[in-house]
Amino acid sequence: MKILTCPMNGPRNINEFQSFGPLKANPDPDATSDADWARHLFRADNSRGTIVEWWRHVPSNYFFLAERNATTNEVIRTFDPSELEQM
Amino acid sequence: MSRLPAPWGNRINRDVPVTFSFEGRTNQGFAGDVIASALAAKGQWMLSRSFKYHRPRGLMSMAGAEADTLVQLPSDPNVQADRHPISQGLRVSAQNVNGSLARDRDAYMDKLGRFLPVGFYYRSFMGPTRNSWLKMWEPLIRKKAGLGVVDLKAPHADYEKANLFCDLLVVGGGLAGLTAAIEAAEAGADVILADMEPVLGGALTYGRDGVDRLDALLKQAAALPNLRVMTETVVNGWFEDNWLPLIRGNKLYKTRAREVLLATGSVEQPAVFRNNDLPGIMLGGAAQRLMRHYAVKPGHRTVVMAANIDGYRVALDLLEAGVELAALVDPRPGGSGGALASELAATGTKVIQGVVEEARGKTHVTAVKVGDDWLDCDLAVISVGYAPMWQLPCHAGAKLGYDEDSARFSLTLPDAALGIAGGLAGVFAADAVVADAQQAAQVALQRLNLSTREITPVADDEASLTNFEPVIASHPMGKDFVDRDEDIQVKDLQNAVKEGYRELELIKRFTTVGMGPSQGRHSALATARVVAKATDRSVDQIGVTTARPPFGPETLGVLSGHHHPAERRTALHREHIRLGADMRPVGAWRRPYFYGPKVDAKRLIEEEVHAVRNGVGILDVSTLGGLEVRGPDAGEFLNRIYTLAYKKQPVGRCRYCLMTNEMGTVIDDGVAYRLAEDLYYVTATTGAVARVYADMLFWNAQWRLDVDVLNVTSAFSGFNITGPKARDVVTALDGDIDFSREGFAYLDGHSGTVAGVPVRAMRIGFTGELSYELHCPSTYAKTLWDAVIKVGEPVGMRPYGLEASRILRLEKGHILIGQDTDALTSPDELGFEWAISKTKPFFVGKRSIEMRRNKGLSRKLVGLSFDAPQGDPNVPGESCLVLKDDVPVGHITSVLWSPTLSAHIALAYVHGDDADEGSVVTVKCRNGVRLNVPVRGHTFFDAENKRQEL
Repeated sequence: MKILTCPMNGPRNINEFQSFGPLKANPDPDATSDADWARHLFRADNSRGTIVEWWRHVPSNYFFLAERNATTNEVIRTFDPSELEQM
Repeated sequence: MSRLPAPWGNRINRDVPVTFSFEGRTNQGFAGDVIASALAAKGQWMLSRSFKYHRPRGLMSMAGAEADTLVQLPSDPNVQADRHPISQGLRVSAQNVNGSLARDRDAYMDKLGRFLPVGFYYRSFMGPTRNSWLKMWEPLIRKKAGLGVVDLKAPHADYEKANLFCDLLVVGGGLAGLTAAIEAAEAGADVILADMEPVLGGALTYGRDGVDRLDALLKQAAALPNLRVMTETVVNGWFEDNWLPLIRGNKLYKTRAREVLLATGSVEQPAVFRNNDLPGIMLGGAAQRLMRHYAVKPGHRTVVMAANIDGYRVALDLLEAGVELAALVDPRPGGSGGALASELAATGTKVIQGVVEEARGKTHVTAVKVGDDWLDCDLAVISVGYAPMWQLPCHAGAKLGYDEDSARFSLTLPDAALGIAGGLAGVFAADAVVADAQQAAQVALQRLNLSTREITPVADDEASLTNFEPVIASHPMGKDFVDRDEDIQVKDLQNAVKEGYRELELIKRFTTVGMGPSQGRHSALATARVVAKATDRSVDQIGVTTARPPFGPETLGVLSGHHHPAERRTALHREHIRLGADMRPVGAWRRPYFYGPKVDAKRLIEEEVHAVRNGVGILDVSTLGGLEVRGPDAGEFLNRIYTLAYKKQPVGRCRYCLMTNEMGTVIDDGVAYRLAEDLYYVTATTGAVARVYADMLFWNAQWRLDVDVLNVTSAFSGFNITGPKARDVVTALDGDIDFSREGFAYLDGHSGTVAGVPVRAMRIGFTGELSYELHCPSTYAKTLWDAVIKVGEPVGMRPYGLEASRILRLEKGHILIGQDTDALTSPDELGFEWAISKTKPFFVGKRSIEMRRNKGLSRKLVGLSFDAPQGDPNVPGESCLVLKDDVPVGHITSVLWSPTLSAHIALAYVHGDDADEGSVVTVKCRNGVRLNVPVRGHTFFDAENKRQEL
């Protein structure tokens, strides 16, 4: 069983976590065409290589982000969402 | 046949005879015997009939890998006879036999073999009709070719799970594993050593010259308190970050190891020649196990085929056990057993350079053919090479390569906290194994920062001598088995190649080679060689099929563990029981379904409904989700989460909450009670609160609003007092909350103290009647409940259960999320346009709701009623279809008998064009009857909603 390091709770078994999918840009709903909005809702890139994903530590209901290599399943780093503001 | 004298038989206790039966006949063995050894000691070599051809089969490896030794116990199918101990009174029978093992009526299948090539089933049993395979052929073939029988009445067993942690897990307790475990434990590491066998030692326990070395190692191991030894333990897979399931009996140890060292050794490989599957033909290790473990003499006169030094060791063992050695056959040109060869020559043994090409015999080998000569024997021992136990390393991502020169597989490890040692790493000579294991342990210790010393490597003078390639003597008449489990012969693989299958994974699927219980342990090497030859490629290019967990079979009980599902109870659980409630599961919760004896359910539920409509009732709503949303941005946060507006909601007022997801689908509803400028108490539905709580924080992880959300579902309990006489009850309570009509308006929220208990009171309800919902910290719930029950008594207040609650809400047309909604339901489909704020710039789902509105509604939820008497079959049930022009356009989501209205009432999705009141829709009942019924509004009772505002 994989170990994921939660920025708040430290290394924990992966079954304590829930994946919330890749980090996506939230488009301005009012400035987005129907087709683009549908794409935003239903299409995912499913790309190889390093992706950034939302994860939830279920018992603490804490959300954070993980950089993970989707090909090798290697987790490169995890970080608190406040870092997004600096990105 | 009598047993060999001691010290042969180091696992049996000759003082303890054990009686068991096989195929109905009584047998006697000794404590410590396995089924196969006890039977072999009595001359019973045949254990089963083969999967497809019903050929007689017996033990080959004594290591518990092949299907041939699977037997049936009364409530346990597919038990390995070469690993399962006998016990007093054990009843064992053979599997896949029609009649008896000795006179199998399906033995003719062997003669039909040439008419049953691989792929035959796929082509021949498809007709004559579409269902013939399932209805006729499959059951027929299943009977002819199968394994054990599941006992559906098998007694329940207890299963357990536990967690284990260690610095180093060593898998395999042979010379390499034991040495490494000792090396690491002496350096101070916390070590677990796991082995499948009942005693440690691996090949040391049955090999020549092993025993002395083993005793010293076992003494060393026993003196180390930080070395935990787990025998009879199967390490059944490797999972990410060194997580390994260890299975011992009925217990699963979920083990996390900082370092893993695999010392699982290697598997002796059979040779391929005609009739190589006859009982009496076995691997060198099997002959040695029979003698050293169980004191069973494997035969009287033997031919040994030895392509490595171990074969010479076996030959000497057999001679010492009094077995006549007809000849030792060595296929290697100029090959020899070194010093052992001269030892053997001194005994006068004939050494022939050649290959065993064929065997003969009816149910046991009687002779083998070498060159042009048939050599009489009742035992043929094969010792021609090994394959590493590559399964666990491959689970961990190791790559298997093949070296043509040494004819051996080798492993390349991934970059992980994982090592291999000993036979698995291709090291064979004892002294070299010891140095290799110590070195592997030090490598692990180094990563643990516990490394203690440098190990001097020792050259392995046996490694290159272990395997010899060309021992595939395919025969034009076939029966040269590559995979005994699946009855796969050389020509089956060659035919698969001819059919166009070149890749091993495809050949496996076409022929089923390697799919049996041994999972390619004995067949993968030979298969790769046959396929390589047939496709003009190298064995390295062919490789083996992907190894995945589990390594061996595991019972479902081990996976499920002890079955104690978690049950959630409200703080009032015991009060409900005391009042005679029928408690039913609602998700993980238990809730009162109704109060009173089961036989009167129907009457009692109706009485509960009438009590609420005409008097007053009380319902435990503690399971409802409770969330506290706190912070300067709390109003803004709710504005974004829910569809209505909350920023201007006055303190002390309650407001309906409807939650949609980004797709505009309704996912939850509840009520928000504003306790303070920066604090809302929000309810969520019982089933959805966990998800709502997660979604709220997920959104805010992105929005970064200054707000926090706390799930107080269990911290708070609540009950709803509802009915025309509800005010009589609450005003009779002691406290500082003014429950009067003037002081407590509909949708008001007041906090205060009631009966000495801190209470959040809300004038909200689900029944459409005058309702007060009292919430309090769960520790106070019983105190408050008792006080309410006491003041309710004079007005005849009655507790009611979930079923009455469902009826009451349906009479009012209130929807239940998840029952009346599905994964696509939009607020517009529910007629909830009133619940969508038109002024807010944003809320989750807004964009999609508008987009869907522009596309037009395909369906809408409406009310329907049916006048038929209660129980009439001409009333649709839940999920019954609503048709338009004979095409399904919707379905009934809720239907119940309303005692208040004496009619069946329902909510249903109908086509968007038929949603107006008075339109007639067609509903198909379960019995096929179609009814045309007029559409009604949602609200069946008190359509003007006057009663709740009394």
